[in-house]
Amino acid sequence: MSDITSLHSSLVARVLEGEGQASPEIRRTAFDNERLAEPVRTVVDKVAHRARMVTDADIGTLRKAGLSEDQIYEIVVCAAIGQATRQYQNALAALSAATGRN
Amino acid sequence: MRLAILDHGHGIRTKAMFVLIRVFSGHPVVDAVKLALYRPSFYRAGGLTQEAMRGPSDWSVADRELMAAYISKMNETEFCVAAHTATSVLAYNDGAKVSATVADLETAPLGEPLRATLRMLGKLTRESNLDADDIRRVLAAGASEQQIKDALAVAFSFNVTDRLADVFDFAVDDPAAINAGAKYLLARGYR
Repeated sequence: MSDITSLHSSLVARVLEGEGQASPEIRRTAFDNERLAEPVRTVVDKVAHRARMVTDADIGTLRKAGLSEDQIYEIVVCAAIGQATRQYQNALAALSAATGRN
Repeated sequence: MRLAILDHGHGIRTKAMFVLIRVFSGHPVVDAVKLALYRPSFYRAGGLTQEAMRGPSDWSVADRELMAAYISKMNETEFCVAAHTATSVLAYNDGAKVSATVADLETAPLGEPLRATLRMLGKLTRESNLDADDIRRVLAAGASEQQIKDALAVAFSFNVTDRLADVFDFAVDDPAAINAGAKYLLARGYR
């Protein structure tokens, strides 16, 4: 049967700790959607909870704050993977609760 | 695309490949491919998506493409709804079934295990939260524990992809290009 467990772990490790232009700290906080300062906080929260509402102006605020396109790219990827990971882990916990198995 | 690097920042070999794709397919390179091939040492989620969508499973490829389309509909991600609706239609060879599912899950001509699984994926995608009773309902409808795990892997993959498609503002291609992409995804997968 298909199993993404190890692929998921390596994807998360790569975007959080692999080579990048955004600092590991901002990548981690974007992934967690916590402890962020403006304007990154607002954009990361939109990526996590209402991604289709992100606008050119949102990305513009990050550019004006001095972030490069590669840094914005990395922050957005970390935010998306972070929220999808929380959804995935929440669902796996519900599955364990329903079946009594880990 | 909202970031110019995703259009023009690729290495010279990737840019050469884009030229070949344009020449041989007769279509522009779709934004999903541009993202997948940008700095592959960083994001590179193709292997995970391939495992979720094409790895061994009691769900068919068509079922999993339908899950991708349905999750994308919940996220209102137009690019991914179009791409994976087309791929599911080709894989089932049944456009009516896919259209009915995307229009109204409750009345679509689906088996109950798949319907209950899609319902669960819809709730997870909209609310980011499931409880044990949500899972028990899917098991009671006849889906196995492993099928639920396999469906959750599809949900992870598309809850990432949909967000990136929306935030980076993927262009929705014309129907001919969408169908060419669907044929490619069935023949070659996501790697």
